Amino acid sequence: MFDDLRDLYQEVILDHGRKPRNFRRLEDADRSARGDNPMCGDRLELFLKLGPDGRIADAAFQGRGCAISTASASLLTETVKGKTAEEAHALSDSFRELAMTGTCPHCQAALEEEMERLQPLSGVHEFPSRVKCATLAWHTLNAALDGAKEASSE
Amino acid sequence: MSFDGVSFDVGRVRRDFPILSQKIRGKDLVFLDSGASAQKPRVVIDAMVRCMEERYANVHRGAYFLSEAATEAYEAARAATARFLNAPDPRGIVFAKNSTEAINLVAHSWGRHVLQPGQAVLFSEMEHHANIVPWHLLKEDKGVELRVVRVTDSGEIDLEDLEAKLADGKVGLVAIAHMSNVLGTVAPAERIVRMAHAAGAKVLFDGSQAAVHRRVDLQALDADFYVFTGHKLYGPTGIGVLAAKLEHLERMPPFLGGGDMISVVTLKRSEWAPPPAKFEAGTPPIVEAVGLHAAIDYVTALGMEAIEAHERRLVDHAMRRLTDIEGVRLLGRAQDRGGVFAMATDYAHAHDLATLLDRAGIAVRAGRHCAEPLHTRFGVEGGTVRASFGLYTTEAEVDYLAEALTKAREFFA
Repeated sequence: MFDDLRDLYQEVILDHGRKPRNFRRLEDADRSARGDNPMCGDRLELFLKLGPDGRIADAAFQGRGCAISTASASLLTETVKGKTAEEAHALSDSFRELAMTGTCPHCQAALEEEMERLQPLSGVHEFPSRVKCATLAWHTLNAALDGAKEASSE
Repeated sequence: MSFDGVSFDVGRVRRDFPILSQKIRGKDLVFLDSGASAQKPRVVIDAMVRCMEERYANVHRGAYFLSEAATEAYEAARAATARFLNAPDPRGIVFAKNSTEAINLVAHSWGRHVLQPGQAVLFSEMEHHANIVPWHLLKEDKGVELRVVRVTDSGEIDLEDLEAKLADGKVGLVAIAHMSNVLGTVAPAERIVRMAHAAGAKVLFDGSQAAVHRRVDLQALDADFYVFTGHKLYGPTGIGVLAAKLEHLERMPPFLGGGDMISVVTLKRSEWAPPPAKFEAGTPPIVEAVGLHAAIDYVTALGMEAIEAHERRLVDHAMRRLTDIEGVRLLGRAQDRGGVFAMATDYAHAHDLATLLDRAGIAVRAGRHCAEPLHTRFGVEGGTVRASFGLYTTEAEVDYLAEALTKAREFFA
């Protein structure tokens, strides 16, 4: 009945959706922001800890959401570690292009490995009503990097 | 097929709705979102096309054939709406954009001018936001008190709580959903009216769901205000109805100002036209009124009793099929309920589940259905998946939904 949905709900996504990584508060976070999708009530809070070199030393999140938004946030926390703010922004832009179009022809070669890890979320582009689920955490990342407190995927 | 002595052939009825023969992603469309907006029968589509092709012009005061014909059609829709609700007088029928606008009209016009500070508006925990937010606005503006009547765990209006909250005589208006868009609960409308009137309160029913599934008899019900919307009644979007007692409409100032709602205008002041024109500023939804008329004629020809009997059978069937699926929790088990089933599962977020069901051709709504307080009341954080029936819904579709919900659990396991 649902076989063709395995493209969207790949094992990686179901796994991260069920058991999100870095699912905790960072009490000593340098940056944090809340993300809100008022359409579906998904809500998350993202925490970033910056190292002395300005790179993201740790990333974590908390909140509630569907499998896709949770998996996307979980993969985000794994892929942004070690990035400078600029690199994290570039990754965020690339991911949003991937989620909206399914590909990212202009993605930086330097981010190839990270984009590979995020590839399972590309299937969402075929579901316009669900793209926002995948991008919520990334909007929140931008807000946190820019020092804003709130992000909305609306 | 015959239910309660009234014949209703769902197979034949389905052929009246062109959209239902469509395939979605290669599968038969199983449309279970009629509570949000219903599909349209051919007669409604044709009536609107015919209006635009043959009988269209602006209404009122166009002294020529087409305008007179359009005016006649528009006013005939009003008369048909009055008959549909058994309203005492077609002048008590005001056309608005939708139910939301009709409730806002009452809150704005009646609420701000007839209600006094110190009086209260009472609504229930099972209201749609359309019957909550206008009262929040009124509270901010006018300082009226808001009271909320509880809903029991089984999803019924708690009448003891209602009694208690009416007791001090301060409630000026009881505003209640005649049927919940989440729980399916049909409120005991006659009883609520008796209780409210005995306590000196007027009553407004949000009939957006109920008017589609039950015969509404406003003269028997004696409600002060009753609203419903065209697009849930198999009619077009863009038209809703406020049915009110004429005595209230006469006391109420206009809602919006503009053309068509005045009797005399000088540059300094205006005099209002009598109701219902007083509340219909600007060019009204003419084609939509014609479509609504056709929709009313359509359900009336099928018979509201026959529709109700068909849906009752369907609801009984769904209560059997949807209540024993592992991991699925149905919100609301009211004794008197209609075909709305909101479900929370322990295996998937509502949006993931809705995406899955969509792949099986099943159209359901996911979220909180503009009833966030109610979801909080029932301890549902993320939202529910809601299946809502129309007169074209079949038992086979309910079975298919039950099967899909079972398989979805395996998918996410």
